[in-house]
Amino acid sequence: MDNLIDIRGVRHAYSTASGPLPVLDGLDVQVPEGGFVAVVGPSGCGKSTLTRLVAGLLIPDAGEVSVHGKRITGPRSNVGMAFQNPVLLEWRTILDNVLLPLEIVPTKLTKAQAAERARKLLSLVGLDGFEGKRPSELSGGMKQRASLCRALIHSPEVLILDEPFGALDAFTREDLWQIMHRVKAEEPFTGVLITHDLRESIFLADQVVVLSGRPARTQFVLDIPDTGVRTLDHLYTPEAVAMLNTLRHQIEVAQGRAPAGQPA
Amino acid sequence: MKARQVLVPLAAVAIFLVLWEALVWVMGWPNYRMASPSDLIPAYEKYWNLFLVMGWQTLWRTVAGLILAVIFGTALGMIMGFSRTMRDALYPLLVGFNAIPKATVVPIVALMFVGWHDFNTVLIAFIISFFPIAVSVSIGLSTLEPEYRDILRSLGASQSTIFWKIALPKTLPEFFGALKVAVTLAFIGTNLMEIVSPHGRGLGALFDSGKTNSDYPLMFAVLIALAFLGIVLYYVVVALEKTFAGWADRTV
Repeated sequence: MDNLIDIRGVRHAYSTASGPLPVLDGLDVQVPEGGFVAVVGPSGCGKSTLTRLVAGLLIPDAGEVSVHGKRITGPRSNVGMAFQNPVLLEWRTILDNVLLPLEIVPTKLTKAQAAERARKLLSLVGLDGFEGKRPSELSGGMKQRASLCRALIHSPEVLILDEPFGALDAFTREDLWQIMHRVKAEEPFTGVLITHDLRESIFLADQVVVLSGRPARTQFVLDIPDTGVRTLDHLYTPEAVAMLNTLRHQIEVAQGRAPAGQPA
Repeated sequence: MKARQVLVPLAAVAIFLVLWEALVWVMGWPNYRMASPSDLIPAYEKYWNLFLVMGWQTLWRTVAGLILAVIFGTALGMIMGFSRTMRDALYPLLVGFNAIPKATVVPIVALMFVGWHDFNTVLIAFIISFFPIAVSVSIGLSTLEPEYRDILRSLGASQSTIFWKIALPKTLPEFFGALKVAVTLAFIGTNLMEIVSPHGRGLGALFDSGKTNSDYPLMFAVLIALAFLGIVLYYVVVALEKTFAGWADRTV
């Protein structure tokens, strides 16, 4: 098996007061080592449930979630997570926030080496000089960048990003997209990105998975051709526009607003 | 900056005393109606020793009651904050208990533990002040966003690690807000007991003896002494808050 993350035939339901609520039914996602898969789908279709499965915070009712060919049975330390809410700890400096995972995960780094690595990551995302600041002194985009560094500090095998740029304004978001490419080049990771933004999905990922409405199954998979270094200009090429149209159509299908099949 | 922080409150106190003196003088009130600040100085001179001894008694018993309230209130708040079932079970009990005016509990406790001056006073100070602490800790813990837990849980952190690293520090601002309320409540508790308890101790007993002897300036002098102790204790809490939860202050 050469897929680092392998999700096959996953079914999951939450128990609610009015009986079980199925959220996932027939979910398949494969991410090869070093791959970056974006997952898009209608609101409330169970995308966040997917991240909790990969993180081991949730065990599916049926089907299999494995990382490195090993079935996930609980949380492991080799996962990094970032959410729409940056959830930085207000009482810590940015540097200490980034170092937080190393206080939980066993590490070979000495204190000085860890701090050195944290500084390097912060500088990679353009936060030099902010190490000693408190989260309340940073803008939304800066907090999100710090949150990204925290997710990467322990060199996790899997990076899970759950709409990390969803609450940012359009310009800040595009900034962060480019930073993501820089980070991926310097600190290679295998990632799953949950997003609502189709442009974001084709700009960042090498594969886009469209989920159907609830209960979600894998409805459509789009491979993004490798065109070397991606710039924002790529989003305005005819190829990119065609991919966006395909994805938009698939989302409409998932929402039940368009019949399946290719758009006219 | 520093000078302003000290001088402004002092000036406010001085103005308050002058207005008070002026009010009594203009109205021509006798001492049994309202004593004026200038009448208090002889009272303090005459009973200075008693003020020191009894002020200390009031202070340490209030602080002891508060410490118990912090320990018990935090533990209760943790139980209610982490378990929905316990929250549903304990809230009605707690609210009902808090709704009973403590003035009615004081004579009962005074009779129950008659003669155990220190014990019954600390007990009342504790009973009256743990409620806000328990409620604030429980709300702080139960409103913790799930992402905070997930960040650590996904790395395999234990529940207690999550509590010490995230839940506890995140609750501190609410905790100190409640502690400020609890300080004044604990003082009320201590004094109620000291006044009601026969042959009591502390400033409350001094107040009671002033009443018995129709020594009105003494009664007012006790009130001012109580206010002074209250201010001191309040600022101790403020200093603790600055040290442990200063990060939550956004006004600077």
